[in-house]
This record gives sequence, C-alpha cells and structure tokens, in this order.
Amino acid sequence: MSTVNPPVVFTQDELGWVSWIDPLPEAELTERHFAGLVDRSRAKSEYFRLLVRDPEVLEARTKTDKDIFYNTADGLPRAERELAAAATSRYNGCIYCASVHARFASTYSRRRDDVQRLLDEGVGIDLGARWNAVVRASVALAATPVAFGPDNVAELRRAGLDDAEIVDVINSASFFNWANRLMLSLGEPSK
Amino acid sequence: MMSTTDIIDTLAGIEPGSPLDAIRARRLQARDNAQKSYLALFEPIDAVEFSLVERAAVAAFVTGLHGESPVAAFYREKLAAGAAALVEAVNAEIAQGKTTGPYGAFPPGPLSAEDETGLIYRVGADRKPALGARLAAALEHAHLLVFRPRDAASADMKALRSAGWSDTGIVTLSQLIAFLSFQLRVVSGLRTLRAASA
Repeated sequence: MSTVNPPVVFTQDELGWVSWIDPLPEAELTERHFAGLVDRSRAKSEYFRLLVRDPEVLEARTKTDKDIFYNTADGLPRAERELAAAATSRYNGCIYCASVHARFASTYSRRRDDVQRLLDEGVGIDLGARWNAVVRASVALAATPVAFGPDNVAELRRAGLDDAEIVDVINSASFFNWANRLMLSLGEPSK
Repeated sequence: MMSTTDIIDTLAGIEPGSPLDAIRARRLQARDNAQKSYLALFEPIDAVEFSLVERAAVAAFVTGLHGESPVAAFYREKLAAGAAALVEAVNAEIAQGKTTGPYGAFPPGPLSAEDETGLIYRVGADRKPALGARLAAALEHAHLLVFRPRDAASADMKALRSAGWSDTGIVTLSQLIAFLSFQLRVVSGLRTLRAASA
C-alpha cells in the first residue's frame, strides 16, 4: 500500500484518494461492472472500482449525479450547483469532495478567492446575498435533523432564485450528503 | 414486484401535473435514477451480502435518527412488514442514538479548532442479542456516518468485518446509509418548498 499523506486543511489543490478496502482489480471487471461504471474510463479510478462492487447502485448513483450537476439546459448555473456541493462538503468535513467541487465552483464562477475564503474560514463567511443564500440553504440541508425551512426558501427567493433553481440547490446539496459519506468512510484523501 | 411509483414524489407529496412535478421533470434522469438507486438498494437482484431485513432495519434506524417524518414512517413500515419483531429494538436504538450533527474531529492541524465532540453511539451489551452482531455493528456504523462522518477511520472497516460483513457488503451498506441521507433531504427540501408555494 502506498504511503498516505493526508491533507490537514481544505484546499483547491488536486488530491488523491486511497481506499481502505480492496477495489475490484481492473482485470476482473465484467460487462455488468462496466455498466455500473457508466464511463469505461472510470475503471482507472480506485474509488469507482471500489463502488462497483455493487454495480447497480453505482450506475444509478452516477446517473443521478450527472443530471443534477451537468444538466444545465435550464435552472441554476453550474457555478452555484458546485458552490452548494463545496459548502456541503466544507460543513460535513469532506476535504476531498470540497477540493474537487471548490475547483469547479472557481472555474465556473471565476470567483476563486471567494471560494478559497469559504474553504479557509468556513460556511459562516459573507459572500454576497446570492451565494450566502445558497451556502446557508446547503448547510441547513446538511444538518441532522434537517434544518432547511421556509426562511431558507424565502432567502433564496429574495436572492433571485426561482423554484426550479431552488430545486437545483436542494438536489445539489442533498447529493453531497450522499457523496461526502462515501468518500469519508471508505477511504481517505492523500496529497 | 417492481415499484412503479416514484418514492421521492410520493413522500414529498408531489402530485402529477403540479408545478413541482413539472420542475422535477426537467431533471428526469436524476429523478429516474434516484428511484433506480432506491430499487437497487431495497429490491436488489442479489441480497446475499446484505439481507433485505438488514437493509430495512438500517433504513428505519437512519431515517428515524433524523426525527419523525414521512420518510421515517415509510422505512419503519418496511421493517414492520419484513421483520415486525425488530421494530421495537430499532426504535429503542433510535431513542438511544438521537442527537444533532454533523460533529467530529478533523485531521490534527489547523482545523482541529473546529473539532466538535458528541455522542459516540454503541449498542449496549444487553440489547445486542435482539439485533445480532451484524446488525448491531451496522447500526453503530450508520450512526457514525449520519452524525460524524468525518470521524470515520479504517478501523471502522475492521469492526464491520469482525462482525461478519464482507467488503462488498460494506460497500452496499455504506451506499444505503449515504443514499438515505440524500433521499431524506430531497424529500424534506421539496416538502418545504411545496409548503412555501401553497
């Protein structure tokens, strides 16, 4: 096993991820597994070769993920979906997930410094009305019990989001409560 | 039997032809695959590594830990239908495990200032016989993932293995807990939005 060098701060740098249990060897993957991977290139990823131990769940999870984040024909801009993912990951404490989605949020918003402040200072910082509303909604959704309420909806509406965009916030933030728990509990990030 | 009704729409009270139904239809692949995720977890083609009763018990526990809701009631009924004798035991564990999250420790360093302590839930020795070793270990792991996922460590894999979980079973167990964390929040968010639009 390679040496793990875990990051101790949130970062937008590219991180590796090391599984705590054995992924399936690439040579053992069957067509059922490739269907689960959705993209054949994901066979190169330790994380996806681990999750492909249950290919039906992985396939459905992957297709849910792709539509929530990549279907930008309408609804919330990609940058703010990624912001919801990054804020959720920051709050739950997933350094790996936060690194990936903070990078995406920076790329699509061109607000790299603001995204870095979210990582450095946490979810309580002031990022302007619209981003504050998205971050607060994401944090409220991530809390257990769920704390998302009418005040969050009202704040998102005041910030200019319509109901379809609010559903995109709900989907994006909720999805990262799924993703964070897998990445945090089946392995760890490494620099 | 395959379920045909969309479970998120049902639990969120979204009626066909309503405004939220139309909005949900704009993310059809996500809607369909959230449903397929539910089916793959609760009506799997292969339940050898993680039995249907165990799945229902973990689901009732995870959703119950989030407080009473239509989602919690749904999985409690699923457990009652599959293993009525376990409902009382799982309800007792929910009562023992309820708290607020997320909390836990970050890797030692600058983030340690944000560490928060909280309940480290364990099934009591007197209650283990009613659940069995596998399910007791699964509930402890589920509580970890629900409330303090950042505390998860490789030792937790060993605890599950010692209780009889295979590596593939651990992956499906993790997916089930994590998926429910998603499903429950989508339902909660949609219900809130629906109420705010009435």
